[in-house]
Amino acid sequence: MTHLPLLNAQQMAQFVARGFLRLDGVVPEALNAQFLQEMGEIAPPVPGRGLMRTYGEMLAKAGVPEVAAGTPLDQAYEDGSALAKLVQLPVVAGAIRSLVGEDPIFDHHFLHVTFPPAYHEASGGENVSQHTHQDSTIDPRTAFDVQIMYYPHAVTREMGGTRFVPGTHLRRVSEVALGRYQNIRGQQHMVCEPGTLLFIHSGIWHGGGVNLSDRTRTMFKIRINPNPRSSRTQVRQFDVSTLVPQNQQRPIFYLKGPLPPSVEQTLMTPEPWFEQDTGRLEFLNRIRLWRYLTDDPTYDADYWLTRVENLAEV
Amino acid sequence: MQRQKILVLYTANSALDSPVIGWSVYDGTGQTRPMAGDQDEPPYRTGVDALKDGWRLIQAAQLLPHARGEEFDLAYLKYEFFFEQLVEVQP
Repeated sequence: MTHLPLLNAQQMAQFVARGFLRLDGVVPEALNAQFLQEMGEIAPPVPGRGLMRTYGEMLAKAGVPEVAAGTPLDQAYEDGSALAKLVQLPVVAGAIRSLVGEDPIFDHHFLHVTFPPAYHEASGGENVSQHTHQDSTIDPRTAFDVQIMYYPHAVTREMGGTRFVPGTHLRRVSEVALGRYQNIRGQQHMVCEPGTLLFIHSGIWHGGGVNLSDRTRTMFKIRINPNPRSSRTQVRQFDVSTLVPQNQQRPIFYLKGPLPPSVEQTLMTPEPWFEQDTGRLEFLNRIRLWRYLTDDPTYDADYWLTRVENLAEV
Repeated sequence: MQRQKILVLYTANSALDSPVIGWSVYDGTGQTRPMAGDQDEPPYRTGVDALKDGWRLIQAAQLLPHARGEEFDLAYLKYEFFFEQLVEVQP
């Protein structure tokens, strides 16, 4: 039994369907200030100076530790540091527990800074957005990692913000192979107040937006794995008392009006970019992920898996 | 002297008159610099609307059968149409 504020079934269904959980302004201002102070000043633009050099020096100076991949998350950060306090915030620890389970593992972290035009002009480089990609590499698991994106200061639309495409996380693609796609209907840009967190499924398609403002934009990312040695990994780690028993399937197709909110309704809500045929396969994949997270191999929503699993010919 | 502008549209099914769900522009004239995330609304409602505006279709994605055992796997966007315009530029 934990006293952490766990995600409820509806929040988990949203994460399963859309691949993200956004918590606006949940990090206290004092902690945002401590984090930015620990990161240190970023050198001003110098004509002829390459941006990679500026970035390298910034990473070397910043108060972020080098941490071995595979370290238990609770040992990754020195007590009292801003990053230790961040992952210990009840709202953060509760979301981590809900999404990846007990004793999670630190994978890696990175300090992402996006520079305004003056730096690119000084270095002679081009100021462009990052190609859309899926992090790491092809990942055929049902299990998933979580990435926390932390925005310690306000982000305006002019500053770019992280761009992501809700609902893309169940597609098995190879990193930036999808870089050809510039814009996808329903894409979102992280415009937010200080102390906002974006938890994303490791498969979600995303990229850094171009910064057209007059200041640098900082985002800190932490990737966290479920612990394969934990007895319960990431299964049934959210607040399962909020699950509503499913006594029968909902009526489908022929409806006289909208159906009430439910986990099924959330899982069956399409994204604006869904292709008409593969959008149905997205529903199947969401149901499979819900079966995994709830440890219920018979679960179905709107009959999609029941129909294709009916082996009547056998 | 001519340069090529490329428009890539991703549609909701294999029909060119189905709704656009994704899009990209690459400008060989150098007059504009399209990039990821620069537009939240598609430039055309359908691929046919792009034809009406003078874009020439040069390639369409094939329809391929689904490999046994991989019928439910999803990866890249399926219905991709490449268009071009040839634009006169000063040498």
